[in-house]
Amino acid sequence: MPKKIKTNYIINVVGLLVLFFALYAAFETKVFGSRTNYFMGIATTACYTIIVVTSLNLLVGVMGEFSLGHAGFMSVGAYASAVLTNAIADKGIPTFILFLLAILTGGIAAAITGVLVGIPTLKLRGDYLAIVTVAFAEIIRVAFTNFEITGGGRTMSGIAKLSNFYWVFWVMVICVTIMYMFIRSRFGRTVKAIREDYIAASASGVNVTFYKVLTFTVSAFFAGIGGAIYAHYMTAMIPTSFNFMYSAEFLTEVIIGGTGSMTGSVIGAAFLSALPEMMRAFARYRMLGYSIVLVLVMIFKPGGIFGTWEFSLSRILGKLTGKGRKEASSK
Amino acid sequence: MNTKRDLFFKHIPASRERRLCFRIRKGRESVSILVQSIINGLNQGAIYALIALGYTMVYGILRMINFAHGDFIMVGAYTLFYTAPLMVSYGMPAWLAVILAIAVCTLVGVLVERIAYKPVRNSGSMSALITALAMSLFLENLAMVLFGGNPKTVVKIFDLPMIELFGAKIQLKYLLTLGIGLAIMIGLTIFIRVTKLGKAMRAVPQDREAATIVGINVDRIITVTFAIGSALAAVAALMYCSTYPRCTTDMGSMMGIKAFIAAVLGGIGIIPGAMLGGLIVGLIEILVKVYIAPGWYEAITYGILIVVLLVKPSGILGKNVGEKV
Amino acid sequence: MSEKKTPVLKASHLGIQFGGLKAVDDFNMEIGESELIGLIGPNGAGKTTVFNLLTGVYQPTEGAYYLCGEKMNGKKTHQVVDAGIARTFQNIRLFKKLSVLENVKVAMNKDMKYSLVSAIFRTGSYWKEEAETDEKALELLRIVHLEDKAGYIAENLPYGEQRRLEIARALATGMKLLLLDEPAAGMNPTETAELLDIINNIRNKFGISVLLIEHDMSLVMKICERIQVIDYGVTIASGTPEEIANNPKVIEAYLGKDDDQEEMLC
Repeated sequence: MPKKIKTNYIINVVGLLVLFFALYAAFETKVFGSRTNYFMGIATTACYTIIVVTSLNLLVGVMGEFSLGHAGFMSVGAYASAVLTNAIADKGIPTFILFLLAILTGGIAAAITGVLVGIPTLKLRGDYLAIVTVAFAEIIRVAFTNFEITGGGRTMSGIAKLSNFYWVFWVMVICVTIMYMFIRSRFGRTVKAIREDYIAASASGVNVTFYKVLTFTVSAFFAGIGGAIYAHYMTAMIPTSFNFMYSAEFLTEVIIGGTGSMTGSVIGAAFLSALPEMMRAFARYRMLGYSIVLVLVMIFKPGGIFGTWEFSLSRILGKLTGKGRKEASSK
Repeated sequence: MNTKRDLFFKHIPASRERRLCFRIRKGRESVSILVQSIINGLNQGAIYALIALGYTMVYGILRMINFAHGDFIMVGAYTLFYTAPLMVSYGMPAWLAVILAIAVCTLVGVLVERIAYKPVRNSGSMSALITALAMSLFLENLAMVLFGGNPKTVVKIFDLPMIELFGAKIQLKYLLTLGIGLAIMIGLTIFIRVTKLGKAMRAVPQDREAATIVGINVDRIITVTFAIGSALAAVAALMYCSTYPRCTTDMGSMMGIKAFIAAVLGGIGIIPGAMLGGLIVGLIEILVKVYIAPGWYEAITYGILIVVLLVKPSGILGKNVGEKV
Repeated sequence: MSEKKTPVLKASHLGIQFGGLKAVDDFNMEIGESELIGLIGPNGAGKTTVFNLLTGVYQPTEGAYYLCGEKMNGKKTHQVVDAGIARTFQNIRLFKKLSVLENVKVAMNKDMKYSLVSAIFRTGSYWKEEAETDEKALELLRIVHLEDKAGYIAENLPYGEQRRLEIARALATGMKLLLLDEPAAGMNPTETAELLDIINNIRNKFGISVLLIEHDMSLVMKICERIQVIDYGVTIASGTPEEIANNPKVIEAYLGKDDDQEEMLC
């Protein structure tokens, strides 16, 4: 491993620890007083939204295809994990292990769905693929409405409250890191090539279908993890929450943040999932404002707010200590 | 009637008589249920088809899914809610309010196109899609702010009698919906094929630049397309309200998606395709609801869409075009 | 073609029909080791269709083709590339938003081995293989004179350099047969001369065979050992450049003919 990268890793880990302990201290000392729990809830919501939005960005930004059914994968993760924890919750398993089992089950169930959906549909592109993802998400929703084990159309409640902010924070960090590593490897490079020109990619020896299904599966996996966290944070859910508008919300967060920018997805998701909560007083007007902002962003900054720019802690530190220019030019 | 039946059953023991009676009634009922379901399905389908026509025209010209199109219906429905009673109070038939609805919808459609879609026309399909989603959100939430969240009940639009067909009681207005849908489709097809404006509309998607060179005002064509599509949405709103006299702020989005699916199913960009797709979706929905599994009718519609797209991505009436290498 | 070894490429009676139209009919060709063959013909003659047939973009409806004796019918494009046929495109198809180096590295992906797990945890094999690939890719860029532009975004390169990058990317697949689709199109004489140099270099260095579609007759005449001419999907002549230059059918195909002779060619 090159030395410079090693220092980068250390800087980033330290940065995350600082952020985590700052939040930890704030929540534990009850800086927000009686509203502490409320803010912790918002932070948890932000974390799982970040996971889902970043996973969607794998499709939109990296693979160049848009899914309008990501809430469907999320719901698979949510329901699969909830069914599991409902079955084994009272078996005396430590809650942390139970939590890990839940998110893994959610991820794997969604990934399997991703493979099953991806193999037949990924020969379609563009609008057609988007429509098929809507169709699949709706089918999944209808299925959960009809299955008895998922509540049979009624609210599925009494799910163990396992998602606490401190765990969810680190799960989010790990998920985002894994996706980042995926993008910056031969896999991500190949998928980007497919996005740019799939005919040229296959003429360069790339098995286009394989890489598309792979990306789709990875994306579904993380959406499923997001769903599992959701289920064990909300403790009650209903299939209609995972509807078309929820999927569309994820997509807008990706686009507003900037397609292809992980930073954009993280900040976009965090901000946009926290904003509606904070603006509850203006509930009637907040969605109106949101849609206007959306149109304005599309008109004036079609690439999203962050474009393809990525935040880098080491670059900022480098700038602060005056060695930034050297590093930037060598990159 | 009664006496005849008594004659017929005279020699049959009472228990068997009851059973036979039941079977005959059952048989008659099942025919009448089938006829009724088909008519209901066609009525539903004609509404979808009218909406699908709007999607198909816009997609055919701009290669863009206008997600806000469903919400134009909502706009039309609220216009009817407010204006139909006015019509009645001035002694005119309620359905005349559709003229106002058409005017309002056309205005909204053209404004949405001019203000939101035109600026993003050249910045890629992703931007266009998001803008359309945003406009859909905007219209829904604007309606929420203006009209409130409670559903509104629209006055009776058509005062038409029921007729009896194969023992089934059929709402005459359902047949009217179907007839209007077919008439509009035929009219549009002729318009697109014969008139100068229609030909220009076909030329624009082929090659926008070439169309400009031969003197077609592309902006104007796009505006006209939106105007026609939105006007059709107003007619669809009238049909919808005559069947289900209720309007809610989110009525457009789900119906819009189904209508879009209908358009894709029939072959997007093709006018008879929209009609065919709409009728198929409507029929499937009602028949599955009545005969197979009421809870699964949406899933089956979507399943059929997926199968059609995988087998023939260009839809039932579409032509397959591969990318040139 | 003196020695009777297995030819690198052998196409026999290859043909494809679109609807009722025979785009390519009874196409026969043999390319020996490190030979350079030219495929010429008027616009719309079916040259690019031949390339699409040879790279699995289209499946032939008649006949078969073999790479070093191995039958290639029914293989998908990426499998054909794996077997050893690489191509460039008439209308440049680069990965526009990727860097020059990445463009080449994508084509080397099929020979890279590190796993998904190793990519996520950045294990030793990740770093080692990425570094090795970088080195190999830079070497190929050197051959097409682009080594100092490795970090550029592909779409920002001037036209001639984009064409050369496409060649480097094709080379990166490690092929036995290289198909070049109008590599000199739109180039000025200096660029064309440089391209000629590069093609000759590649042949000397890698010993690969090249099949070239080109409109620039002077270029074709200069470097091709043999030339095959097609028109309306049918081979109308093949031979050495001199033979082709003096073949009346070829002259007709390019310059037109009297009306009463029209039937003869079809």
